[in-house]
Parts: sequence; C-alpha cells; structure tokens
Amino acid sequence: MSQLSAPHVQPIPLRNLAWWALAVPVLLLVAYLVTFDQGAISQAGDYLHELMHDGRHLLGVPCH
Amino acid sequence: MIRTLFVRGLLAGIIAGLAAGAFAFLFGEPHIDSAIALEEAAAHTHTEAPLVSRGGQVGGLFLATALYGAALGGLFGLAFALVRGRTGPRSGTALSVALAAAGFVGVVLVPFVKYPANPPAVGDPATIGSRTSLYLVLVLIGLLAVAAAAVAYRLFEVNGGPVRWLAAGLGFLVPVGAAWGLLPTVSEVPEGFPADLLWNFRVSSLGTQVVLWGVLGVSYAFLWYRAERVAGVPQAVPV
Repeated sequence: MSQLSAPHVQPIPLRNLAWWALAVPVLLLVAYLVTFDQGAISQAGDYLHELMHDGRHLLGVPCH
Repeated sequence: MIRTLFVRGLLAGIIAGLAAGAFAFLFGEPHIDSAIALEEAAAHTHTEAPLVSRGGQVGGLFLATALYGAALGGLFGLAFALVRGRTGPRSGTALSVALAAAGFVGVVLVPFVKYPANPPAVGDPATIGSRTSLYLVLVLIGLLAVAAAAVAYRLFEVNGGPVRWLAAGLGFLVPVGAAWGLLPTVSEVPEGFPADLLWNFRVSSLGTQVVLWGVLGVSYAFLWYRAERVAGVPQAVPV
C-alpha cells in the first residue's frame, strides 16, 4: 500500500499561512451572524434572528 | 496555493450549505411547522405581525445554511492547508473526508449529545444566554478533544496499530466524557410536548448537519483532486 501512495507532501510553511489567519475572524463573524446574533453586533434588532430562524433550529444551535 | 485551497473551501461550503438547506427543507420544516402550531395554540393571543413571514423564514433557511456553509468551508480550506503534510492521511482526498468527519464529531456530535437541537416552543427564553455559552463551551471541548486524539495517535506511532487507536480513543473520550458528565443538564421541554415530534425534529436536525459536513468533505475532495490534476502535479506511480 505504501508503495502506491503519493510522494511525501511538504507542509505549507506557517509564515505563509499567517496572513490567511486574518480571514478566520471574518469567517467566524459570518457564522456568528447566522447562528447567534440577536442584534447585539449586527444592530439589526431581531431581524437576523427571525430571518435565520429555521436555519438556526435545524443547524441545532440554541435559538430561543 | 493557499488561495486555491481557501477558495475551493468557500465553494465546497456553499454547495454543502445548499444541500443541507434542501435536506432541512424537505425533512425538517414539517416538524418546525408542527411545533409552531403547538406554540401558537398554547399562547392563544398572537396578534403582533411577525418581523419576517413564515415564507421569508423558509427562504431564510437556505440563506442561513448557504452562508454558514460558506463560512465553514473557508475555515475548512484553511484547516486543510494547515494540516496537509503535517498529520492525517497523505492522500488529499482522504484527508478532506477525514477532516470533515473530525469536524462533524467535534463541532456537531459532541455538543448534540449533551445539548440536542430543539424545535420552536422548547426552551425557556430566559436561559438562552447560559444555554448558548454552554453549547459553545462544548463545541470548543469537542474540537480540542479531536485534536487531542490526533496528537495521541501520533505520539504512539512506534507502538503500532491497536495501541495508537486506543490512545486516540482515550485522548478523545476522556475530555469529552468529563465535559458531558460535569456540565449542567438542561431540561426545558414543556409539559405535554409530543415526544415523537421532539425526536423527529432532532433526527432531522442531526441529518441536516450530516449532509452539511458530508457534502463539504466529499465536494472539497473532488475540487481539490481536480485542481491538483490541472496544476500538473505528478500522480502517484507504482514503483
């Protein structure tokens, strides 16, 4: 089996990945707005909560 | 290179989110409708106009799962870039599926066992803050436990098969078991709420997440494989 596997893969250096770490908070913010926001960060009141309501229930996050 | 991995993550995430939305629409929405009907029957007075109509909420379901899938897919692509060549299967397609399985267990299954999804009408609005915190704590513990299992699997490399798997299993189960046992129980199902509706809703919710993570892992593997071939990376050759 090992003879058929691909040649050893060089990992991507961490310093190249460091810039991309900046995307992580942005992605987490999007996930937060979809799953948990009740107006505290979006300033949209309950609008996001109501719009994403069914998605929140079915994705399994605590909704209300 | 990283950009390729990241953009394909976003794309696979949107595909997975739409697939999960379709599953949720077909198998979850009927239970939400039933639960809302019970909620309204219990409240009697329901005069205020809703902020978003039921039709809008059903459309919002697809928006929610697609956006959530995109965010998840982006994180998945970056995790793939971080992990590849460091740990896990050497084949990129196998790594993609393994990462999705690990993510599902850590982010979905670990919290679900202790704090399962609830339909409308279940749950006390006064405790939403503490329930959300507890849920997120379990997501974090789930992710750390999956990472601990991977580290334990590597640490016992010299011991070979069974010992490695035992170490990985303990690395996962000890923190998760402790968290399940020690974190407070939430029991807020209203008196008389139909048990079959609650069960069916929870199964459909878990199914939605299975579709989300399953399609994410498989479609990312497919997109990665295609990108790799286009880039002309030499394929594995038997020697």
